[in-house]
Amino acid sequence: MIAPFILLVDDEVTFVKTMAKRMAERNIETIMAFSAEEGLEKLKTNQNLDVIVLDVKMPGMDGLEMLKKIKTGFFRTEVILLTGHATIESGIDGMKLGAFDFLTKPCDIEELVSKVEEATKKKRAHDEKIKDAESKKILSKYES
Amino acid sequence: MAQDRITNKLHSRKFTRNMVLIVILVSFIPMLLVSGMVLHQFSNSYNEKLYAHLKEMIHRHAQDIDSFLNERLHNLQFMLDSCDNVDLFNESVLQEKLFQLQQKYGDVFEDLGIINEKGVQESYAGRLKLENAQYSKAKWFEDALKKPFYISDVFLGLRSKPHFIISVKRVYQGKYFMLRSTINFEAFNFLAENLRIGNTGFAFILNREGNFQTKLHDDMLPSKKSYMDFISAGKKAKHGIYIGELTDDSDGKHIIYLAALLKNNDWILVYQQEKKEAFSDLIRTQIIAGVILFIGALLIVIMLSFLFHQIIKHLSEADREKEMMNRQIIETGKLASVGRLAAGTAHEINNPVAIMVQEAGWIEDLLKKEEFQEGENLQEIERALKQINTQGKRCKEITHKLLSFARKTDTQIQSVQVNKIVEEVVGISDKKSYTGITINSYKDQTIPPIAGSQTEIQQILLNLINNAIDAIGKKGGKIDITTRLEERFVLIVVEDDGSGIPQANQDRIFDPFFTTKAVGKGNGLGLSICFGIVKRMGGEIDVHSTIDIGTRFDIRLPRNKT
Repeated sequence: MIAPFILLVDDEVTFVKTMAKRMAERNIETIMAFSAEEGLEKLKTNQNLDVIVLDVKMPGMDGLEMLKKIKTGFFRTEVILLTGHATIESGIDGMKLGAFDFLTKPCDIEELVSKVEEATKKKRAHDEKIKDAESKKILSKYES
Repeated sequence: MAQDRITNKLHSRKFTRNMVLIVILVSFIPMLLVSGMVLHQFSNSYNEKLYAHLKEMIHRHAQDIDSFLNERLHNLQFMLDSCDNVDLFNESVLQEKLFQLQQKYGDVFEDLGIINEKGVQESYAGRLKLENAQYSKAKWFEDALKKPFYISDVFLGLRSKPHFIISVKRVYQGKYFMLRSTINFEAFNFLAENLRIGNTGFAFILNREGNFQTKLHDDMLPSKKSYMDFISAGKKAKHGIYIGELTDDSDGKHIIYLAALLKNNDWILVYQQEKKEAFSDLIRTQIIAGVILFIGALLIVIMLSFLFHQIIKHLSEADREKEMMNRQIIETGKLASVGRLAAGTAHEINNPVAIMVQEAGWIEDLLKKEEFQEGENLQEIERALKQINTQGKRCKEITHKLLSFARKTDTQIQSVQVNKIVEEVVGISDKKSYTGITINSYKDQTIPPIAGSQTEIQQILLNLINNAIDAIGKKGGKIDITTRLEERFVLIVVEDDGSGIPQANQDRIFDPFFTTKAVGKGNGLGLSICFGIVKRMGGEIDVHSTIDIGTRFDIRLPRNKT
């Protein structure tokens, strides 16, 4: 499998930078954003992103709001919520809004990598399906 | 606290006393007024009836006595009218006439005599030898000469026995003569003597000088008032009867009297009775009424005191309950504040901890690179990193507990079987295989499912069992978990025979962060979490503990409403 391409969004700069380095060690291509607003900008310019690892509680726009925008913006990128606020309610809210999964801080890196890989597979499988459907559409148009 | 209790007690006593006094006044005043009025009316009525009865009696007796005297007088007048005057001077005719009178009226007429105007008894019929007896000096004769007929006062006279004389004056051959008869005193006396009521009621007759005209009984001493005293002191009523009251000078007794005039106002018939006896029925009634009133009042006072005591007791209990509820509300509020604080703190702590763990992880990642594999202290660095990870996880657990305290974990309400949770928790605890500690469970199989969070109830039981294990310590012991169905609650009892909780700490054990465990062994949140969960479920948690005997926690979780 081609290495996952992920975006880390968290207001904790140190956390994000170290996490990015550790992800890189695990062959995961990572870009960073330190606020939800910046995250959305990065998403617009990197539409091939597989997964966004998103902190729930951030100053300004919070993680759940950004998740809403991602899902309403028809981005196919999967979202894994990461929160220091270990509430099942916010996790469930996130899942309802279309998050792939959620983890609580501090989380085990291997667990996170595993979730990222699962989410990437799902996203790519979804991409494939869409691509197939579009191909079939073009083919049928051509045949007709 | 003790001061408050004393103040409350004093306040309650004062309140009870005031209330009892008010109610007594409100209820007693009308009762006393009505009773007083009834008694007054009854007394008046009784007085009227008694005096009416006595008046009637005296009137009748006075009439009888007057009739007796008049009849005797008429007897003599008739005798004079029915035969020749000259015949009466004949002793045998007089004897004949006396015999006829005695035949008709018994011993009332003792003798008959004809006295000339000089006071010499010319003719006599009777038991005594009084022929030619000289009466010219006798007072009665002097008085009798002045009137056509005459009835004397009672006197001793020649026979030295009480008697009185009736005489009728006539003219014969230009000279006065007098037909005289001695009236049997006993026959006359009987008329007054038979007027007897009770032990102290009797009658007597007085003349104008205040001399008794009737015989007196030894046991009855009439009042020493004179004829005029009775008339002047008494109040005149119907039929010329005088009514009055007097106090006997000798013994100070109160006496009522009724007096009627006789014999053309020469005599007075007096009836007297001790007031105490005359009104004995009234006095008895008054005493009975007083006793009934007193007993009734006493009963009212006792009942009121009892009732107010009960009311005060209930009010005090209500106050205590209110105070307890207030304390619980304050406690709950305190817990909620701590909970909110805990939730915020948990989040703030988790972020730096996450960074620390992340950085440690990054070092671990770097150490895997070849250039670090040869390092002298590699193992020591790895151990230190592992420790950072472990402690990071510990921080995470603590923050989880704090968040749980603030109701931020899974609290999904569902139908749960308490017995099943007990079984699971006992199972988990047994696996921990604490040396020398046995955990027994006694389950009431009739317990129905209740609405609650499985994880929360598990958490309560685990916390209590962990505390019990710590309390028992290494010496070994037992933990009994009992479930029972009560009317409104499902009761779970967790009981150990451990070291117990000192009395001073029992009020504080549910306070957040209160712990007696060694540093690092407990965070003081376990029982606070239990308390919070149980209260949220609408239940109760109580602790009963004795040093060196053990501790018992009673958890009451509400049953489902059916």
